[in-house]
Amino acid sequence: MSAAHGGYYLPDPTKWPTITSMGLFLLALGFILKLHHLPPGPWLMIAGAVIIVLMLCAWFGQVAVESEAGRYDAQVDTSFRMGMGWFIVSEVMFFGAFFAALFYTRVLSVPWIAGEELLWPGFEATWPSAGPAGATFIGPDSHDVGPGQFSTIGAFGIPLLNTVILLVSSVTLTIAHWALKKNQRGALNFWLFVTVVLGAAFMYFQVGEYMEAYNHLGLTLGSGVYGATFFMLTGFHGFHVTVGAITLAVILVRCLRGHFKPDEHFGFEGAAWYWHFVDTVWVGLFIFVYIL
Amino acid sequence: MTTTVADHHHDEVPKGITRWLFTTNHKDIGTLYLWFSFTMFLIGGAMALVIRAELFQPGLQVVDPHFYNQMVTVHALIMIFGAVMPGFVGFANWMIPMMIGAPDMALPRLNNWSFWLLPFATSLLILSLFVPGGGPAAGWTIYPPLSVQGGMGVDLTIFTIHILGMSSILGAINIIATIMNMRAPGMTLMKMPLFVWTWVITAFLLIAAMPVLAGAVTMLLTDRHFGTAFFDPAGGGDPVMFQHIFWFFGHPEVYILILPAFGIISQVIPTFARKPLFGYTSMVFAAAAIAFLSFIVWAHHMYTVGMPLSGELFFMYSTMLIAIPTGVKIFNWMATMWRGSMSFETPMLYAIATVALFTVGGLTGLMMAITPADFQYHDTYFIVAHFHYVIFCGSVLGMFAGVYYWLPKWTGHMYNETLGKWHFWLTIIAFNVTFFPQHFLGFAGMPRRIPDYALQFAEFNVVSSIGGFVLGYSQLILLVVVIKAIRGGKKASAEVWDNPEGLEWSVASPAPYHTFATAPEVR
Amino acid sequence: MIINRLKHLLSAGTALVSMLVLWAVPASVQAEWGLNLQRPVTEIARVQYDLHMLIMYIVTVIGIIVFAIMFYSIFKFRKSKGAQPAKFSHSTKAEVIWTVIPTLILIVMAVPSTKALLLMEDTTESDMVVKVTGYQWGWHYDYMEEDVSFFSKLTTPQSQITGTETKGENYLLEVDNHLVLPVGQKVRILLTARDVIHAWWVPQLGGKKDAIPGFINEMWIRADETGTFRGQCAELCGKDHGYMPIVVDVVDESQYQAWLDGQRNKG
Ligand code: HEA
Ligand code: HEA
Ligand code: CUA
Ligand SMILES: [Cu+2]
Repeated sequence: MSAAHGGYYLPDPTKWPTITSMGLFLLALGFILKLHHLPPGPWLMIAGAVIIVLMLCAWFGQVAVESEAGRYDAQVDTSFRMGMGWFIVSEVMFFGAFFAALFYTRVLSVPWIAGEELLWPGFEATWPSAGPAGATFIGPDSHDVGPGQFSTIGAFGIPLLNTVILLVSSVTLTIAHWALKKNQRGALNFWLFVTVVLGAAFMYFQVGEYMEAYNHLGLTLGSGVYGATFFMLTGFHGFHVTVGAITLAVILVRCLRGHFKPDEHFGFEGAAWYWHFVDTVWVGLFIFVYIL
Repeated sequence: MTTTVADHHHDEVPKGITRWLFTTNHKDIGTLYLWFSFTMFLIGGAMALVIRAELFQPGLQVVDPHFYNQMVTVHALIMIFGAVMPGFVGFANWMIPMMIGAPDMALPRLNNWSFWLLPFATSLLILSLFVPGGGPAAGWTIYPPLSVQGGMGVDLTIFTIHILGMSSILGAINIIATIMNMRAPGMTLMKMPLFVWTWVITAFLLIAAMPVLAGAVTMLLTDRHFGTAFFDPAGGGDPVMFQHIFWFFGHPEVYILILPAFGIISQVIPTFARKPLFGYTSMVFAAAAIAFLSFIVWAHHMYTVGMPLSGELFFMYSTMLIAIPTGVKIFNWMATMWRGSMSFETPMLYAIATVALFTVGGLTGLMMAITPADFQYHDTYFIVAHFHYVIFCGSVLGMFAGVYYWLPKWTGHMYNETLGKWHFWLTIIAFNVTFFPQHFLGFAGMPRRIPDYALQFAEFNVVSSIGGFVLGYSQLILLVVVIKAIRGGKKASAEVWDNPEGLEWSVASPAPYHTFATAPEVR
Repeated sequence: MIINRLKHLLSAGTALVSMLVLWAVPASVQAEWGLNLQRPVTEIARVQYDLHMLIMYIVTVIGIIVFAIMFYSIFKFRKSKGAQPAKFSHSTKAEVIWTVIPTLILIVMAVPSTKALLLMEDTTESDMVVKVTGYQWGWHYDYMEEDVSFFSKLTTPQSQITGTETKGENYLLEVDNHLVLPVGQKVRILLTARDVIHAWWVPQLGGKKDAIPGFINEMWIRADETGTFRGQCAELCGKDHGYMPIVVDVVDESQYQAWLDGQRNKG
C-alpha cells in the first residue's frame, strides 16, 4: 500500500489521461472539419466526446473509490485543494480576457471609430453598439425590431431573477456544506438537491433568454461587438454553470450513496468552490453586461 | 470501475510501451517531456533551416512566399510551445521532487495528462501544413485580420493553442501544488534551490497568462466562423484589441521562457565556482519583480499601432524598469564567480555563455524599449536578432547547461566531455555567426517575415545562413552525447560534481525509480 | 602583478570586445556600409538616429563592462590555477550599488526618449495632408486637398525574382507611381488599410506606423533635402508582404506644383 512510500498516495500507472488526450484530439479535429463542412467531422466529434466523458467518469470514479477507501491522507487533500484553487484562478483569467474585450470595445474602440469621420461618417458612439456597419440599437426589451435593428435584454427582468437564483443557490449550497460538517445527511441531500435544481432553473431561463434574443430582439452573435461580448461572456458563463451543475449532481449522487465524511470531503468542497466562482462571475456579468 | 487494492508494485519499473503511455512517475514523465522537447527542437529547427535556405540569397529559390510564411509561423510556434516550454517542464518534473525531497509530483495522474496532451496538440499543428490552404501563415502572433483570412490551418492552430494551453496550465498547477505542499520537513521556502523558486514563479505566470491567450484565440475562432466582430471595426471591434490581449499573454510568456533557465544557471554556476550563490534572497526577489513587471509592459510590442502618447510613455518606462531586476541577477551571477575556484566542464561553459549572450540580447531589448528608436527597429531583423539572443542564448543554452549538469544523475553515466565541448564551441560560434549580423540587417532596414529582400542585404544573409546550417547540424552532437550517456560510459558517483549543493546529489546515480519515499532530513 | 592582471584582462576581453566594437564603429563610418541606421533626412529620423546612437553607446559600454568582469574572473579565478574559493555569499552594499546605478542610467536614457516622443506625436500645423491606404498588396495615395490620388505597386519583374534575369539595382524597391512630396513642408500622413494591417515605413524619413483597417493613424514628415527614398511594408500582410515597397520622391516646390498639375490633367 501507498503508506510504504511515506504515506503520500502515489497512484499506479493509469490509462485515463492518455486516452482522454486522444479524445480531445478527435473532438478538436472533428469540430474543425465540421467548421469546414467536411463529412467525418460530426462523427469524430461524437467519438471524441464519448471518449472524454467515459474516461473522465472512469478517472474520477477511481478517485472517488480511492478516496472512500481512505487512501488519501491530509497531504493529498491539500494537493487537491491547491490544484482546484489554482485551476479556478486560471478560469478567472480566462473570463478576464472577455471582460477586458468588453471594456476595451466599450470604452475605447467604439468611441475611436466614431471619431474617424473620414472612414465612418455619421457613426456616433453609443452603447450598446453593433458598430458603424452593424444593426442600430433601439433600446432594451423592445420587441418590434425592424431589419437592421437590434434590441437588448433589460437587466431587471429575467437577468435579475437569475441573479437571485444563483445567489440563493450559493446560500443553499453553503447550508448543505454545514449539514455535511454536522453529519446531518438528510439536510445535506435536501439542500444540495435544491442547489442543483436552482442551477437547472438558471439554465432554463438563460436558454429562454437566448431564444428570445435570437427570435425577437435581433440580438445575435453577429450583432457587432455588443452581440459578441454579450453572447461570449454569458455563453461561457452558461457553459460553466452547466458543468458546475453536473458536477454538483454527481456529488449529490455520491452523497446519496453515503460518500464524504464530516471532516473529509474535498470532492464536495471542490465542486462548491467552483459553484461559488461561477456565481461570482455572474454578479460581474449582471453588473457590467446587463446593468451598466 | 476497478478497485485496485493494497498491493502496489511501486519498486518494479514497468516494462514496454505502456510504461511510457500510462506512467505516473515523475522521472518517466520528465524523460518524456525532455525527449518530446528535443524532437520538437529538431523539427522547429529544420523549419528554421528552410527559412535560412530561402534567405541565403535574394530572389525566390526554395519555397514560395506563402509557404515561407507558414514556415516562419510554425517554426516559432513549435520552438516556443513545443521545444522550450515542455523542455523546462521536463526539468521541473525530473528535478523539483528530488530537490525538495518529495516522493513524486503532487498530482501524478494529472501529470501524465499534462504531458500526453502535448503530442496530440502538436500533431494538429503539424497536420495543418498538409491541409488545403496550408498551415497558419500570419506569424506566431496570428494577428487578425490576416489570421481571419487563412484557411483550415488557422483553425488547427487555434485548437493546438487551446490544448497546449491546457497542458501548460495543468502542468503549472501541479508544479505549484508540489512545491507548496510536498517539501520535506525543514525545507523552508527560503531554503529552496533557486531552480525551484524560479519555477514556482513561472508557474504563476503560466496560470495567469495562458488562459488569456486561450481567450484571444477563442475570439479569433468566433470572428472567423460565428460572425462575431471582436476584431472587426465595422462591428465596433478593433484588430489592435487582439494585439493587446495577445501581448498581455505574450510578454509574460517570454519570461516563462527565461525564468527556469535563470534557475538552472543559478544551480550550475555555484557548483563550478565552488562558492555559494551570491545574494540568494535578492535573486528570489528579482525573479518575482521580473514576473510582476512582465504584466505591465505588454504594449512595447505595439509601439507603432498608434497608441495614445500617455500609453507609449507608460509602456516605455515600465519596460525599461525590467532591466533593473534582470541586472541584479546578472551581477549576482558575476559575483558568484568572483573569487571562486572555477572549472569549465560543459555545463559551466553553457552557463557562462548564457549569462554573457543573454546580456547582449537583454541590452538590445532595452534599446527597443526606447519608443522613438523602436519606430525604426520594429519589425526588422534587429528584433529577430534580439529575441534569438535571449531565447536561444537564454532559454536554450540554459537548458543545455541543465542537460549536461544533470545527465549523469539521469543516466548514471558521465557524458563524453570532448563531444560536449565540441557541441558547445560549435553552437556558440555558429550562433553568433548566424544572429550577430542580423543586428546590422535590422539597422540597415531589412524587415522581418519576408522571403526575399533587396540587394543591399545580401552579404549578411549569406553569412547568417551559413551560420544557421552549422548551428543546426551541431545540435545532432547533443543527440549523440545523450544517447552515448544512456548506453554507457564512465559511472557517475552520487555527487557527480565537486561537492555540489542540493538534495538531488544525495541519491544514487542514476536516480532510483522512486526517491525520497520517506522524507529526508533538511538542516 | 598588476601587469599580469592587465594582460589577462586584455586577452580575455579581446574576442568579444572586438565584436562589440565592430558594432559601435560603423556608427562613424556611416550608412554606406549598411551596418547602421540609414542616413536620416527628416527631423524625426535625425532625432531617432541620435537617440539610437546614444542608447547604443550606453548599452555597449555596459556590455563591455559586464564582459570584461566576467572574462577577468574566468581567467583569474580558475581552479586549474589553484584559486581558492572565497566564502562570502552576499553584500548588501554591493547589491544596492548595482541596483541604484542601473536606475540612474535608465533615468538618463528616459529624458531624451521622452522628448523625442513628444516631438514625433505633434502632428499639428501641417502644410498638407496625404492619406495612405495599404491593401494586399500595394499602396494607395490620396492628396486630400488636391484631388489627386493613385495606386502604387511593385514593378520588379517576376523574372528577376525567380532569377531568370539578373536583378536590377533597386530590386524589390521600385514601384510604378512614386509618392511625390515637396521639400521643407510639414506633411501630415494619414494611414489606414483596406483589408489587413500594413505598416508604412521609409527609414530615412522617420519611423514606421501601422495602417489599420477601420482606423486612421497619423504621422508627419518634413524632408530636409530632395531625393528619392525607399522603404517597405513593415507588417506581415500575407503572401506578398515582401513585395509592397514604397518610393518617395522629395522635390522642390516648383517641381512639386508641376507634378501636381500633370496628375490633375491625367485624372
Ligand atoms: C526569452 C525571451 C525574451 C526575453 C527574456 C526578453 C527580454 C526583454 N525584451 Fe524582448 N522579445 C522577445 C523575447 C524576449 N525578450 C521576443 C520573442 C520578441 C519578439 C516577439 C515578436 O514580435 O515576434 C521580443 C520583442 C521585444 C520588444 C518589441 C520590439 C518590437 O517588436 O518592436 C521589446 C521592446 O521593448 C523587447 C524588450 C525586451 C526587454 C527590455 C527585455 C528585458 O527583459 C531585458 C533585460 C536585460 C538586460 C537589460 C540585460 C542585463 C542587465 C544589465 C547588465 C543591467 C544593467 C543594464 C542597464 C541599466 C541598461 N522585446
Ligand atoms: C525558442 C525559440 C526559437 C528558437 C530556438 C529558434 C531557433 C532558430 N531560429 Fe527562430 N524564431 C523564433 C523562435 C526561435 N527560433 C520566433 C518566435 C520567430 C518569429 C516568428 C515570427 O515572425 O512569427 C523566429 C523567426 C526566425 C527567423 C525570422 C524569419 C522571418 O522573420 O522571416 C529566422 C531567420 O533566420 C530564424 C532562424 C532561426 C535559426 C537559424 C534557429 C536555430 O537556432 C535553429 C537550430 C537548428 C536546428 C536545431 C536544426 C536541427 C535539425 C537538423 C539538423 C535536421 C534534422 C531534422 C530532423 C530529424 C527533422 N527564426
Ligand atoms: Cu503590406 Cu506587409
Ligand atoms: Cu515583450
